[in-house]
Amino acid sequence: MNKLKTVLYSAPWSARFGIVVILIFSVISIFAPLIAPYGETEIIGKSYELWSEKHILGTDNLGRDMLSRLIFGARNTIGMALLTTFLAFLIGSITGMIAAVLGGWVDQIFGRIVDVLMSIPSLIFALLILSFFGTSVTYLIGTIAILEATRVFRLARATGMNVAVMDFVEVAKLRGEKLGWIIRKEILPNITAPLLAEFGLRFCFVFLFISALSFLGLGIQPPSADWGSMVRDNATLISYDDITPLLPAGAIALLTVATNFVVDWMLHKSSGLKDVN
Amino acid sequence: MSHILKVIAQRISLGFLTLFTISLLITFGVELLPGDLAESILGQGATPETVKVFRAELGLDEPAHLRYLNWLGGIVTGDLGVSLASKREISELVGIRLANTIFLGGFAATIAVPLALFLGILAALFRNTLFDRAINTFTLTTISFPEFFVAYILILFFAIKLGWFPGISNISTDLSFGDKLYRTLLPATTLTLVVLAHMMRMTRATIINLLASPYIEMARLKGIRPIKIILRHALPNALAPIVNVIALNLAYLVVGVVIVEVVFVYPGLGQLMVDSVSKRDIPVVQACSMIFASVYILLNLSADIISIVTNPRILHPR
Repeated sequence: MNKLKTVLYSAPWSARFGIVVILIFSVISIFAPLIAPYGETEIIGKSYELWSEKHILGTDNLGRDMLSRLIFGARNTIGMALLTTFLAFLIGSITGMIAAVLGGWVDQIFGRIVDVLMSIPSLIFALLILSFFGTSVTYLIGTIAILEATRVFRLARATGMNVAVMDFVEVAKLRGEKLGWIIRKEILPNITAPLLAEFGLRFCFVFLFISALSFLGLGIQPPSADWGSMVRDNATLISYDDITPLLPAGAIALLTVATNFVVDWMLHKSSGLKDVN
Repeated sequence: MSHILKVIAQRISLGFLTLFTISLLITFGVELLPGDLAESILGQGATPETVKVFRAELGLDEPAHLRYLNWLGGIVTGDLGVSLASKREISELVGIRLANTIFLGGFAATIAVPLALFLGILAALFRNTLFDRAINTFTLTTISFPEFFVAYILILFFAIKLGWFPGISNISTDLSFGDKLYRTLLPATTLTLVVLAHMMRMTRATIINLLASPYIEMARLKGIRPIKIILRHALPNALAPIVNVIALNLAYLVVGVVIVEVVFVYPGLGQLMVDSVSKRDIPVVQACSMIFASVYILLNLSADIISIVTNPRILHPR
């Protein structure tokens, strides 16, 4: 606990700000039903009501409480982005480490598949897949996870390669250990640090990606509250000089900036880089 | 010289190979769908007759390899097929919109590239000062923002509060060039803000990196002014990596365009694609993806070739 304290005290203001924002957002999304004044899909008034004491941020295009939607949106949007990022890491790091340990044609096949997937812009690829399969959350998560897994694969393979040529891996192979054991016990513990930093970065990408698709009306489907689609649904209010639709967009931006600040600090710490003049 | 031609030829053929693989993916992706595409689009209420007609329209009753060859032949000859939703020729739909998208992208690039170079050079010149830090923080935050957030903030201030520019960029062919520029200024600014950060930071990093080399130190010891050192000595050597980053960012611009077009209701290719995805107008989506993917790959390819051609170590192998 004391160690954690010293680490936090050594953090620059940007990283502290990031940590505080991330903590607040996690508390909000975990306790969403307790914090929100109204239900997620509950229609409680006329559409586009102004900010008032009863509805702090007014109501949305269907007369649902904006603040409650924002709070539940945190849960849905962040939850889905986290799930997708986990999935991407599961796929990417396992295939990457397998490619690093086995090498040869396995490495070649994985590598070429990743090359092709990375040569198309992910948004275009996602749009293509969604037009084939229709807008469903399952396919959305699957598609984004696979697209992001290509980036994780590259990292896991590159860092895993450096470990795979070490003597202790050679010894483990000679001992007759199986592939799964080598990956879990020899490779993974040695590449955890870069993978963790990458997790923050990839989370930002996935989060922005899902929000963008939701904004286009192709992501999380109504009536679930979600920040991207909330911007889209209430965008007309902007023409009346009302900043309400900017709030969910601002929430997306705030969380992304916060995560970037923390990742930046972690990378800086783990690489041991000092400011060079 | 023959060595470099060989390397470039390799890259170009690799690029075409990728394009070919992607065209396969775009057409055969339909096959991955569990069940039948026609039934899935028409829904459960469709009669067998309508499903049959629909399958014939999409060409689904032909074997997959024939369908692919037809499609590829169509792409090469400029015949992209017929849209399912509007029954119009896709080449006709795509033509004007592609020109509009290129106009918007080109406009954004003409603002972003010189601005990024200028700010990058300034940041390198005044490195580690307040100016440098301010510009760094500003650009870092703009990359973290979703495109639509930047777009709506610009709309709120410049279109609604100040009323200087239109919040909706409905351009048509009969507008004069100046009018077109005026109406696309806000979307172009949004795109600029999105790609500026990366280009600027790369320019700054490359120049600062070069400033540590001995020949710059020599120039400094001769008493040349800092601005002259950067412009005359550092910049020419930094140009290759910078051009590379510019090409990569232009490729990114191609994608960023999709969301910005939707926000500003700009009649471009991106909006057409998003509309077609929600209508599940598969032939249009396939045509748009192929165009976007080709532009993206070509830009990446040129970034690759530029970095090869400008690298003396590859130009003159030992």
